[in-house]
Amino acid sequence: MAGTHAENAHGAHGHDDHGHGQSGAGHATLGGYLTGFFLSIILTAIPFWIVMGDVFRSTSTAAVVLLVFAAVQIVVHMVYFLHMNSKSEGGWNMLAMIFTAVLVVITLAGSFWVMHHLNTNMMPGGAHDMQNMEGMRPAETPEPR
Amino acid sequence: MTPSPVEESVLFGRLSLNALPLHEPILVVTFAAVVLGGVAVLGALTYFRLWGYLWREWLTSIDHKKIGIMYVILGLVMLLRGFADALMMRLQQAMAFGGSEGYLPPHHYDQIFTAHGVIMIFFVAMPLVTGFMNYLVPLQIGARDVAFPFLNNFSFWMTASGAALVMASLFVGEFAATGWLAYPPLSGIAYSPGVGVDYYIWALQIAGVGTLLSGVNLIVTIVKMRAPGMSMMRMPVFTWTALCSNVLIVASFPVLTAALALLSLDRYVGTAFFTNDFGGSAMMYVNLIWIWGHPEVYILILPAFGIFSEVVATFCGKRLFGYASMVYATVVITILSYLVWLHHFFTMGSGASVNSFFGITTMIISIPTGAKIFNWLFTMYRGRIKFELPMLWTVSFMVTFVIGGMTGVLLAVPPADFVLHNSLFLIAHFHNVIIGGVLFGLFAGIAYWFPKVTGFRLDPFWGKVSFWSWTIGFYMAFMPVYVLGLMGVTRRMSKFDDPSLQIWFVIAALGAVLIAVGIGSFLLQIVVSFIKRETLKDVTGDPWNGRTLEWSTSSPPPDYNFAFTPVVHDLDAWHDMKKRGYVRPAGGFLPIHMPKNTWAGIVLAGISTVCGFALIWHIWWLAGASFLALVVTAITHTFNYDRDFHIPAATVTETEAERSRYLAAGV
Amino acid sequence: MSAHASAAIDDKTFYLREEHHPENGTLLGFWTYLMSDCLIFAVLFACYGVLGRNYAAGPSGADLFDLKLVAINTAFLLLSSITYGLAMLEMEKNRKGTTLFWLGVTGVFGACFLGLELYEFWHLIHEGATPQRSAFLSSFFALVGTHGLHVFFGCVWLITLMVQVGQRGLILENRRRLMCLSMFWHFLDVVWIGVFTFVYLMGTL
Repeated sequence: MAGTHAENAHGAHGHDDHGHGQSGAGHATLGGYLTGFFLSIILTAIPFWIVMGDVFRSTSTAAVVLLVFAAVQIVVHMVYFLHMNSKSEGGWNMLAMIFTAVLVVITLAGSFWVMHHLNTNMMPGGAHDMQNMEGMRPAETPEPR
Repeated sequence: MTPSPVEESVLFGRLSLNALPLHEPILVVTFAAVVLGGVAVLGALTYFRLWGYLWREWLTSIDHKKIGIMYVILGLVMLLRGFADALMMRLQQAMAFGGSEGYLPPHHYDQIFTAHGVIMIFFVAMPLVTGFMNYLVPLQIGARDVAFPFLNNFSFWMTASGAALVMASLFVGEFAATGWLAYPPLSGIAYSPGVGVDYYIWALQIAGVGTLLSGVNLIVTIVKMRAPGMSMMRMPVFTWTALCSNVLIVASFPVLTAALALLSLDRYVGTAFFTNDFGGSAMMYVNLIWIWGHPEVYILILPAFGIFSEVVATFCGKRLFGYASMVYATVVITILSYLVWLHHFFTMGSGASVNSFFGITTMIISIPTGAKIFNWLFTMYRGRIKFELPMLWTVSFMVTFVIGGMTGVLLAVPPADFVLHNSLFLIAHFHNVIIGGVLFGLFAGIAYWFPKVTGFRLDPFWGKVSFWSWTIGFYMAFMPVYVLGLMGVTRRMSKFDDPSLQIWFVIAALGAVLIAVGIGSFLLQIVVSFIKRETLKDVTGDPWNGRTLEWSTSSPPPDYNFAFTPVVHDLDAWHDMKKRGYVRPAGGFLPIHMPKNTWAGIVLAGISTVCGFALIWHIWWLAGASFLALVVTAITHTFNYDRDFHIPAATVTETEAERSRYLAAGV
Repeated sequence: MSAHASAAIDDKTFYLREEHHPENGTLLGFWTYLMSDCLIFAVLFACYGVLGRNYAAGPSGADLFDLKLVAINTAFLLLSSITYGLAMLEMEKNRKGTTLFWLGVTGVFGACFLGLELYEFWHLIHEGATPQRSAFLSSFFALVGTHGLHVFFGCVWLITLMVQVGQRGLILENRRRLMCLSMFWHFLDVVWIGVFTFVYLMGTL
C-alpha cells in the first residue's frame, strides 16, 4: 500500500524538483555513506568479538557494553544512513523520532518492571525454577517475600 | 452452543450450514429483518438507478468531506447495533432474578456484552471521531483535502470492512464471548475453540490498518497543509486535539496490532506467548493490551474536548479562555496517557511500588483535564451564552464528566481499586465518561456542524427531546449501577441470586429505555429537519456566527473547499476576517488542482474482508489466494501515475457566482 | 506553514491570489508510519525480554544460536545498506542505469539475508526448537520472523520500484518512492542492530 499520492505540489509546477531541502534525506554524500558504513562495521564487529571471544568475565558487564555499542550504532545509522538531523521536515522527523524513542523506552522498561514485579510477587520460589532452567543468573533469582 | 470440534473440509474450512444459528429465534428474526431490509435497500437503489451515482460520488470518492460523512453514517448505524445489545443486556439483568434464567442463555449473553463493548469502542466511537476529524480538519486549516486522499478512502473502507466482519458474526457462526479485550487464557484456543475470537481478532486487525493509516494521514495534513499564516498556536482547538488524538493513534495502535497478532499466533500456530504452559504469560497480554488501551481512551475523548471548546467559544461569543493552557493541557494528556496503563490491572499483583507509581500518574493526569473544565467555565463566565442545542450538550457534559472524573480518581487509588475492580462501579465509571464525554461531545458536534455539512439546520425541538432523554436516561441508567458496584456486584453476570438487587437493575433498564427514546428522537430529528429543510436552510454558510475557517465557506462547502487559500492573521481566523472587513472574492479564479477518485480503496478493503473471513473459517486456499490478490492489487495500483486533475476556472467561477446569487437572495 | 507567498502578505490580505502549494507530505507520512512500525517491534522486543528466558525445560539461546551465521547475515544487511545508499547517490545524479544496478545489488543482498535466515529457521525447527516449544522460542521466532517478513516485503517493493524506474525513469514520483524505500531499508537495519544485540549476542552470553 505504498501508493500514497495526489500531492498538491506536483512536478508540473516545477516545485520540489530535486526532492531535497524538504526530503527526509538531507544532503547525502558518498563520504557520509562510507563513514557510516565503516563505523557500523566496527561497531558490529566489536560486540561479536566480545561474545564470541568471551572477553568479559562478568556477563552483566558484557551485556551493558553490548547495549552501549548497540545504542551508538543506532545513532550512527540514524545520522549517516537515515540522514536524521534537527532540520529535516522542519524538525518534525526529529520530534517524531524522539517521541517514539520515549514510548519505546516506556513500553520496554514498563513491561519489564511490571512483569518482573509480578513474577517476584506471584511466582515465588519453586514455580520459577521450571522457567529458568538455563542461562539464569543467580543474582536475578527473585526472593520469596 | 460452543461448536463441537468440527471436521474441516478443504473447500470450506470449518464453515458449514451448522454455522447458521437457526436454533436461536432472536437471531433468526433479526436475520430475516436484515435480509428484508437489505433487499429493500438494494431494490430501491436499483429502481432509482442510484448505483452509478453511489459508486462515482461516494464509494470511490477521495473527498475528505464525503469520507467524513460516510464514517459518521457507519458510526451511527453501528450505534444502533451496539445499543440493541445494551438494551438486551439491561432487560436480561432486570429479569434474571429468583431462579429465573432470563431470556438469554449464558453463552449468548457473553457474546452480547463482548459485541457491545467492541462495537461501541471500535465501530461507533472511533468512526464517529475519525469522521469528524476527516470532515473538519482540512476545512479548519484552510486546506483543500487531506495529505493522502487515496489513503483516506482506503482507511475508511478498511474500517467498514472490520465492521462488516463483526456484523457477519451475528449470522454466520458466533462472536467472541470473552469480554471486549479478549484476555487469554480464556481467549486461547483451549477455552475458546470456536470462531468467535477469530472474528474479533480479524475484525480489529483489518479496521486497525484503516485507523492507523488515517492517523498518519491526518498528522501529515495538519503538519504540512495549514493555510499560510496559521502557525501551530493559531490552529483551532479542535485541530489541536485532532493532532494529539492522531499522534496517539499512530503511537498506540501498533501495540494493539502486535498483541492481537501474538494472540492469533497462539491460536493458529500453537505458540506459547499467553498460554499457561510452556512458559507463556497471560498477564503479558493484559500488560500489552492496556499499553494500547489507555491511550485509546484519550484518542476518543480529546477530539470531544476539541468539539466542546469550539462550541463554548462560539455560543458564548468570546474567544476561548486560556487557549494556550488548553493546548498545553492537551499535549500533557497525550504524553501522560502512556504512563497510566497499569491502573487497569492493579489487582494483578505487581506489588506496592508499581501500583503506587501508576496510581499517582493516574491522579496527575486528572489535573490537565480539570484545567480544561475551568477553561470552559471561564469562557462562559460573562459571556453571552446562547443555549442552542450544542451548548446544552456541552453544559450537560461538564456536569456529567466531572462526576465520571471523580469516580475515576477513586478508582485510581489502588486499595480502593482492590475493592472495586471488575465491579459494576467500574462499568458505571467508564460509561459515565464515555457517554458523558465522548458521546455528548459527538452529539454537540453533530448539532453544531450539521448545517455546514448539509446546508440546513437541525430541528431544535426533537433535538431537545433527544438531549433531555439522553441526559436523564443516562443518570437513571448508570447511577443505580454505581450503587450496585459499591454493594459488590461484579460485571458480566447473566443472572443474580440476591432479590434485593433487582430494583436497581429495573431502574437501570428504565433508564436504558429513556436513552432509546433519546436515540429515536435523534433519528426523528434528522428526518423532520430533512422534511423542513427549506425553512431551516443555512444560506450564509455561517449560521452560528462562527469563529473558525470552516464557517467561511458555503454550506455545504464546494468540492475544492476554498476558491482561494485563506491567509491567517490571528487565532479564530474567520472571526478575525469578519471583524476586519473581509470581502468575498468575486473573480480571478484559477483552475484548482484536485485528486481523482479511485476504485482501489474499496476493492482492496473488499479483498481484505474476504481474506479475514477465510482466516476465521480456516479456508486456507481462499486466505492465501485473497492475500496474494491483495498484494497484487496494491502493487497494480501503484502503477497508476495519473491521479489528479484540475477543476477548470470556469467551473470555479460558476460555483462561486451561484453562491453570490444565493447570498444576495438570502440576505 | 508554507513560506510560499511570493507576493507580500499584509494585514489586509485574506486569501492568496495564486495557487497555493503546500509542501509534499509523503516523506513525513512515511516516516510517521515507520515510527508506528517501530512500536510493533518494541512490543516484540518487550515480549522477548519478558518471556525470553522461559525455556520450559527446552533449549536456550546459548544452545541454539550460531553466531557465525548471524555475523554473516549482519554483514549482508550492512552491505545492502551501503549499496542502497550508492543507489540513492546515483539517483541524485540522475543516472538511471547505475541506480538500477545498485538497487539490484541491494536486492541480491536482501535475498541472501532472507535465504540465510530461512536456513537458520529450518535448521532450528529440524532440531526440535520449534516456535511451539517454549515461550522463549515463540518470542524469538516472532521477533526475528517479523523482521524477516519486513525484509521480504522490502524486496517485493524494491522489485516493483525497479520496474517502475525502468518504465518511467527517475521522475519525481519515483524518486520520492525510492526515498521512502530507502528509509524503510535503513530502518530495518536499525531494528536488526537491536535484534543481533538483544537476541543473539545477549542470548549467547
